[in-house]
Amino acid sequence: MKVAITGMGIISAIGSTVDENFESLVGGRKAITDIDHIPTVHAKAIKVGEIKQSNADLAHELGLASDNNYTRTAMIGALAARQALQNAGISDVNAYKTGLISATSVGGMDTTEKHYYEYFNDPALVKYISAHDGGDVAQKIAETIGLKGFVTTISTACSSAANSIMLGARLINAGKLDRVIVGGTDALAKFTINGFKTLMILTDGYNTPFDDNRKGLNLGEAAAFLVLESDKVVKEQNKKVLAYVSGFGNANDAFHQTASSENGEGAFLAMEKAFKLAGLQPSDIDYINMHGTATPNNDLSEGRAVIRIFGEQNVPDFSSTKAFTGHTLAAAAAIEAVYSVLAIQNGVVYPNLNFETPMQEFNLIPQTEIKYKNIDHVLSNSFGFGGNCSTVIFSKN
Amino acid sequence: MKTYINGIGCVSAQKTDGDFASGFHVNQATNVLPIEKPEYKDYFSPIAARRMSKAVKNGIVASTMAMKEANLEMPGAIITGTGMGCIEDSDKFLKAIIDNNEEFLTPTSFIQSTHNTVAAQIALGLECKAYNFTYVNAAVSFESALIDGKLQLDEGEADAVLIGGIDEMTDYTASLFKLAGFIKKDEEGSFPILESQTPGTVFGEGATFFVLESKKSATTYAEVVDIEINNEIEADILQLKVFDFLSANGLGVDDIDLLVVGINGDAQFEEHYRELTQKQFVHTPQAYYKHLSGEYNTASAFGLYLAANVVKTQNVPPIVQVNGQTKPEYKNVLLYNHYRGIDHSFTLISKA
Repeated sequence: MKVAITGMGIISAIGSTVDENFESLVGGRKAITDIDHIPTVHAKAIKVGEIKQSNADLAHELGLASDNNYTRTAMIGALAARQALQNAGISDVNAYKTGLISATSVGGMDTTEKHYYEYFNDPALVKYISAHDGGDVAQKIAETIGLKGFVTTISTACSSAANSIMLGARLINAGKLDRVIVGGTDALAKFTINGFKTLMILTDGYNTPFDDNRKGLNLGEAAAFLVLESDKVVKEQNKKVLAYVSGFGNANDAFHQTASSENGEGAFLAMEKAFKLAGLQPSDIDYINMHGTATPNNDLSEGRAVIRIFGEQNVPDFSSTKAFTGHTLAAAAAIEAVYSVLAIQNGVVYPNLNFETPMQEFNLIPQTEIKYKNIDHVLSNSFGFGGNCSTVIFSKN
Repeated sequence: MKTYINGIGCVSAQKTDGDFASGFHVNQATNVLPIEKPEYKDYFSPIAARRMSKAVKNGIVASTMAMKEANLEMPGAIITGTGMGCIEDSDKFLKAIIDNNEEFLTPTSFIQSTHNTVAAQIALGLECKAYNFTYVNAAVSFESALIDGKLQLDEGEADAVLIGGIDEMTDYTASLFKLAGFIKKDEEGSFPILESQTPGTVFGEGATFFVLESKKSATTYAEVVDIEINNEIEADILQLKVFDFLSANGLGVDDIDLLVVGINGDAQFEEHYRELTQKQFVHTPQAYYKHLSGEYNTASAFGLYLAANVVKTQNVPPIVQVNGQTKPEYKNVLLYNHYRGIDHSFTLISKA
């Protein structure tokens, strides 16, 4: 099984284009900062991976009229999807049977939380009531790129975008679609900041994935979309293929609503399924882009699952890129898919920033310096609340 | 592989535990329909129930009913759709943030606010480690789950899957929907759906689950033949789209024995429905259901519950008939739904 990736678009704290993101990754430049756009009492206690463009900047870039009701989540999603189509050289999005699969955790919450009680006093705000749900975000993205057809949205918390990639690949495989734009988008919101704060899994400094002294995650915001195309379209249009989706797996940890199990059962099962589908062995993997949120629970559980799959002595080069971007929730697997494809194209393993002390529970040392080598296969993990575990494998050929 | 509906569980504004349609009643006195509460204590302890939102409670009840009917113990996939998600907990957490200026918060409602809570709670309860997905795309949330479930069976990824649509209503969301004009104005006093001249609709809530299996069984209702979703369809090409969908399945308009439409009484958004009910399908028996279920993003799952029961019982209850026409046999049923002009879905089911 393999499905071609022919285009990518991304906007994150470390860059507003694919090139900018790559430059930041290889330059070791993280973008975890104080929060500028959201007034919160926690401003001094947290740092975030924030896209520095204001909503007005984003609306201007999209050419939106002043009476638009795009939320920030929709705007960054629309920008990333538009880039992905340009990158894939697609001018008529409806020329083939084309779909859009978006992913988001809280949809238009960034706007809802701003106006929650004001709707009843200010008629000008009523337009945002319909912009709250995840489907509105996808519809706005579809409008921006002019798509009329199959449009849906997945929300499985922090694994969401991995599942949109998975569904897209399955639909192409089954011949239901010729092309599909897959990815995810999530803007920072007071809602998620406070949610993760009450769970006590936000660090007050910079997140340190797989470090023994890790204190939690930095939240981030981002959107990324990838274009998947069938072999037929690739052949007919002589398309340049960036990389392939060669395997994926989805499983549920069925352990706890928010915490991962001790031995990472769900993660283990997701990786196992992905290998089976890809027809690959663990020894074929050249780089693992870990979920690696830097919470005590995730990194331990994920580490154990990886050891169960690869063997403690045989774990390939791995890193989490969340020290660069923060944890971008439903968009995380999409931006990390873009990073995985870039790793293959450029033969590079990104450094796991901020790592100092190995974890006591096992002997897993992330790649801390940038490393250039041939990369044929990348495995990318994403896990979410609700026990949702997903793995996607990307391959060069 | 074929896809059969082998079990259904439905929590809605209607009593659905007796014979098909025996508990149906039309309530035109309110613009937000309350659900007929199931006996929750038959499904979980009152202590456990206190922590659960309506969506979780109704989702667990409906999924348990569907699995019991199909005699399925462990699904090969759990796939849900929810347009608005767990808004009870989401509202609770957001209000606490705003009212207490981001202080004194507890995580419970945040934890339960994520859209995948129902699918996750079902998986936890069953200890089901299989494929687990949640779709959140407004009026096609349930159809997305249905497409995925069918794909699981078609591609041999699973033999039996549990799929469902869940949405809950809260007082605050209802007040916002009234402000935005999505719900009919309180002053109207009476809220008919078919003969409505006013904008807005009557809302509801509910949970409807289905067990889909690749094998026919003694409890089979119908076969799910095909589903198609489209975010936008101009009214003037809707008929063409329907023809294409039917002909891709080797059928024509005359082969359709019942058209089930998601008409919801919103006079502003009836054009698409009229394109079918008053033109090409004018001589086809027609049924509607949102006067029974109310509108909500996954109300179309109630529509499928209705259609599957029609095929199984070969009876279209008068309470759901639109044009009074009937047929001696109901073999092929086409469902068509959209909400406020977007997120159109065609679902085709057949007698198994």
